Amino acid sequence: MTIGSPEEPKREVHIAFERVVKSYDGRTQVVKDLNLEILRGEFLTLLGPSGSGKTTCLMMLAGFEALTSGNITIDGRPVHDIAPHKRGIGMVFQHYALFPHLTVGRNLAFPLEVRGLGPSERNSRVRRALQLVRLEGLEKRKPANLSGGQQQRVAIARALVFEPEIVLMDEPLGALDRRLREEMQFEIRRIHQQLGVTMVYVTHDQQEAMVLSNRVAVFREGRIEQIAAPETLYEEPGGVFVSSFIGDNNVLYGEVREVRDNDICHVTIGQDRDVKAFAGEATRPGEPVWIAIRPERVGIATSDNQYSNQFDARVNDIVFMGDHLRLHVETCGIHNLVLKIPNIVGHGAVLPGDDIQIGWAALDCRALSIESKNSL
Amino acid sequence: MNRRRQGRRLLRRFIPVGLALPLVAFVLVTFVIPLATMVVQSVHDPEVADAFPRTLALLADWEDSALPSPDVYEAMAAELVLSRENRSIGKVATRVNRIESGTRSVFAKTARRLESADTSDMPASMIQIDRRWGDVSLWRAIVKAGQRYTARHYLQSIDLERGLDGEIQLVSEERRIYKTLYLRTVYVSFAVTVSCFLIGYPIAFAITSVSDSLAKILLVIVLVPFWTSLLVRTTSWLVLLQNQGVINDILVWIGLVDDGSRLALVHNMTGTLIAMTHVLLPFMILPLYAVMRSIPPVYMRAAASLGANPFQAFARVYFPQSLPGVSAGCLLVFILSLGYYITPALVGGAKGQLISNMIAYHIQTSLNWGLAAAISVVVLVGVFVCYFLFDRWVGIDKLKLG
Repeated sequence: MTIGSPEEPKREVHIAFERVVKSYDGRTQVVKDLNLEILRGEFLTLLGPSGSGKTTCLMMLAGFEALTSGNITIDGRPVHDIAPHKRGIGMVFQHYALFPHLTVGRNLAFPLEVRGLGPSERNSRVRRALQLVRLEGLEKRKPANLSGGQQQRVAIARALVFEPEIVLMDEPLGALDRRLREEMQFEIRRIHQQLGVTMVYVTHDQQEAMVLSNRVAVFREGRIEQIAAPETLYEEPGGVFVSSFIGDNNVLYGEVREVRDNDICHVTIGQDRDVKAFAGEATRPGEPVWIAIRPERVGIATSDNQYSNQFDARVNDIVFMGDHLRLHVETCGIHNLVLKIPNIVGHGAVLPGDDIQIGWAALDCRALSIESKNSL
Repeated sequence: MNRRRQGRRLLRRFIPVGLALPLVAFVLVTFVIPLATMVVQSVHDPEVADAFPRTLALLADWEDSALPSPDVYEAMAAELVLSRENRSIGKVATRVNRIESGTRSVFAKTARRLESADTSDMPASMIQIDRRWGDVSLWRAIVKAGQRYTARHYLQSIDLERGLDGEIQLVSEERRIYKTLYLRTVYVSFAVTVSCFLIGYPIAFAITSVSDSLAKILLVIVLVPFWTSLLVRTTSWLVLLQNQGVINDILVWIGLVDDGSRLALVHNMTGTLIAMTHVLLPFMILPLYAVMRSIPPVYMRAAASLGANPFQAFARVYFPQSLPGVSAGCLLVFILSLGYYITPALVGGAKGQLISNMIAYHIQTSLNWGLAAAISVVVLVGVFVCYFLFDRWVGIDKLKLG
């Protein structure tokens, strides 16, 4: 376990999925013609709702599921005829899968024992792995006597102790409560930066994906909808599915009236409201589009705070969220547009039932083509 | 008001106890009372003491090197006649005969002839009727049999006896039968347990790893023998295993065995082993299956991801987790085998008889219930020892039966 400097991942393909198809029953494909390149040292998250094929992809990479067609290569070599135990891939399972009859120390020593390492080498590696996850001194405990968070750390340490080049994690934090989950996210991030191994992480929690990943592949119905760095996914979603799956989004339906050459398009929503939006995808006049606006980019307009898109709105509800307020307003014929207002002095000026002016900058909303990705 | 609430609380506490009452009564009547009677029976032997109270009182300070005094003979004669009248003499004769064999006829004969005998010199008359009245060993046997509470049956059940000087000693070699039987019973139980495990483990593993619908069918196949009569199952083994039976016929037909040297598969230890393994197999498979089904398959995957080949994964991860089922199945089969009766009786022949067949013999044929009870208690103690060893090594709370 060499401690590498947290440098940028090298642009070298480590794992590649080539036209991978997986079908369990021969009819419905859970993974459809999937191509994916994972770089060495990268932290890639497969993100998507349940049933989108992300876990299946992970299992195929680990060797627990056979491919229906296509190829998976590691360092350019196809792996389909390599048995799971010879792939040298560390894996953290959803419910940890710590062997209940072995102590923590024996659990960690297991991969070293089956590799035939001597006792002194085993002991020092186990100790280092426990140090890495900050669980020194728990070797003698049985997994049942550990808290959920500790079990999680042991599972991670066990997946790392034999120094695999690739570590897979299948929703490892799903069983933890929120606070512990957030703590563990940063822990996993730190471990990845410390070791520089290639990590493939499966989750349905977009916030987790954002915290951890170099890149996120958003899965939907067996395909990758978009693969990009978290910031890109958030700011430049490739479609309405990604825009609503990553973070919150208000999605309005409209029709393009005019496209200006500075990437701004005018979209008509409702009867005759005109919205100026960033023409993300090539749009042409007359085309129906979705317009996506992040709740935190919508503000309350005042006399000295004017927006390029500005509308009358009625406040239906105000929800106090601690660090921010959520306003549910009705505007332009839309029943429920959400605003996130930071919890700063002055927010008390608005009350449910008030008529206010809301607005957002043209560049803060994106027009997303409907044809390519039709439904939500 | 307060008292009423208290009454209701009391009632609520006793409702669950009350619901268990039929069971408690059932267990008491069918188990605790017979068991207690059996234990009492094994040490309590009042027949001779009840028949000869005066004689035994006089014999209490008799030096057993010489014949007793004439008044003992007189008391004996009177009580012999009395016990002939109330028809207890047969039981008494049986008791004494068990201690000193060949003495059964002495008592009835003497009692009958005493009516017309000369009563002036009772010792002489009695010795004249049967010369064994002049033998101290008969008197010793009467004294021994006259003990109301005795460890005799227990000593006998483990091949021991009290010698002339009261020392506990091994019985003579040709009478040592029980030790062999205990050892054979333990050996057969052990062999049956091992073969049940060897056959049952792969079957249980197969049932857990196939699809649900196939698993149901396999479970029924395991259970069908369980639902058929024990007698039918056992006798069908006779059909299969006997000298002119199906298995020998097939072996001869395919030429593995010469027609003249057909295998002796039944009426011996082999027959007992085969039939008992078959009969007890479900008791191994069911607890194994229950435990194996609760082992999530993810452990095998985890082991593989950590670099263990399928054999290592099985030996180090799967098998240890199935141990509660293994120990439950083995404990069940072993304890059931210790007391197994019908199967060895039917297919065991002389060499395949177990200790329980000896208990049955003493209850049904020799009518020595005291000895039967003592042997039963010895077996029961053996079962408890197994149970406590199991609890010590494995922990009874780890026992999973389903």
